[in-house]
Amino acid sequence: MTAVYLLFIFVLAIFLGFELISKVPSTLHTPLMSASNAISGITLIGALAATQTSHHGFTALLGTLAVVLATINVVGGYAVTDRMLHMFKKKDKGGAQ
Amino acid sequence: MSLGQVGINFVYVISAGLFVFGLKLLGSPATARRGNLLSAAGMLIAIVATLLAQGLDYRWIVIGMLVGGVLGLAGAYFVKMTAMPEMVALFNGFGGLASLLLAWSEYHQNPAMAPALALVAALSVFIGGVTFTGSMVAFGKLAGKIPQQAVVFKGQHLINGGILLAAVGSGLLFCLTPASAIGYLVFVLVILVALGFGVTSTIPIGGADMPVVISLLNSYSGLAACAAGFVISNNILIVAGALVGASGIILTQIMCKAMNRSLANVLFSGFGTTTAKTDGGEGPAGEIKPASAEDVYYILEAADSVAFVPGYGLAVAQAQHVVKELGDLLEANGTEVVYAIHPVAGRMPGHMNVLLAEANVSYDQLVEMDDINPRMETIDVCVVIGANDVVNPAAVFEETSPIYGMPIIETFRAKTVIVLKRSMNPGFAGIENALFYRENTRMYFGDAKASVQALVAEFKGGN
Repeated sequence: MTAVYLLFIFVLAIFLGFELISKVPSTLHTPLMSASNAISGITLIGALAATQTSHHGFTALLGTLAVVLATINVVGGYAVTDRMLHMFKKKDKGGAQ
Repeated sequence: MSLGQVGINFVYVISAGLFVFGLKLLGSPATARRGNLLSAAGMLIAIVATLLAQGLDYRWIVIGMLVGGVLGLAGAYFVKMTAMPEMVALFNGFGGLASLLLAWSEYHQNPAMAPALALVAALSVFIGGVTFTGSMVAFGKLAGKIPQQAVVFKGQHLINGGILLAAVGSGLLFCLTPASAIGYLVFVLVILVALGFGVTSTIPIGGADMPVVISLLNSYSGLAACAAGFVISNNILIVAGALVGASGIILTQIMCKAMNRSLANVLFSGFGTTTAKTDGGEGPAGEIKPASAEDVYYILEAADSVAFVPGYGLAVAQAQHVVKELGDLLEANGTEVVYAIHPVAGRMPGHMNVLLAEANVSYDQLVEMDDINPRMETIDVCVVIGANDVVNPAAVFEETSPIYGMPIIETFRAKTVIVLKRSMNPGFAGIENALFYRENTRMYFGDAKASVQALVAEFKGGN
């Protein structure tokens, strides 16, 4: 049952993603990509949950590495997107004229 | 499900909502920054909620997040805007590798997986592995650390097909006996095959096709997270991964359409490796008319409307700031200035928009291809900066051309076209550009930045 339920939300999320993204203008494609890239760092949640005290040795090593890499993805992704979007400004007309 | 677990899942619902709403706000320049922050807030509360669960080993978590956070922030703040495509590729690759490691760690801890779960685990490490090495190759190509050209060799498709078959075979074998030593061996084999496939499937794709590859890899990284979510039965991983997977696929589709090519053609054809000849041996008619900075100055000075058409050359020359300076001088002179941007100009979707935004160009001056083309006749001067194939009239007129049918910015219909170019070398696709030989075209040779600087100097001297 759980598998079916997970598949269910997967299919719905895919359709939702299609609907959301097809409306984004091409001006914003780079920030969109880097923001969604940051979201794909959601693996971090799984990696954190997998870092149990009961785990030792190789499992713990793999888990910790996953935490490091996913954190780079999440933090770097959101920060760089914010830096980019900060530059998208609408200039007051008339300044130059 | 314990009460704590229910609470955590409830927080996940909220963060999924924030991801969706954030992506929606990313659809307009005015709200995009807020959208990104909302999405980040969704991630933050999901992280905090997860950390409240019992039995976590905080020592490793703190170390891991500190190291990752510092590296991520450093990358994000020190990268140059022109280097954005390779930065995104790099982050993307890390996300893929994280998914691979997560699935591996889960399998290492509980090897006795049900066959269906084992299949998902194999899929997860496979997609994660391909995302990682594929992104690293893309990073290398974009950063110029490895040759940008498409690398093709005989039997490449056979080898790739063989690798895929090996992946499917070992994946299935793994599902049968995940808990055995053989199972573990085959699992490692799947990882190695995936890492190899990421390389062999990305090297045949050349520089100007990078927007497609980056979008596709972005999609993979989402799907990898999604598959990892199935492995550990975590719904937020599945929802967020699916959102990213879908968005990457849409972007890939948009990029392919903007080049009038199928995804299969981009991935497998090794486009741009052979220098295409114009069939019939005619070549473009007419002659090249070079112009000096002074000539260009007089043309621009007299124009009522000017459209800049930037391409990858603008990024290479880092000319975005001087172009904006020239644009301001033109506006001060009473000229209407717009920036016409082709969807695949540059090395990633929207690459040019980011560069011009960095130079402080107002986003309502950035015009899309479909908006500029209908009024191209009314534009006095088109200034093409470091763009080639996306303004090549062969796409409209020559049915034999490899780029025939690709939508272009139809600069040739403007009253005058000024092309800034280093030399007469053909562009990425290796196709002669008839635009350079047209009656209304002037070629202004030189490095894009130096050339535009010379124009700025002319304007300042002339006033």
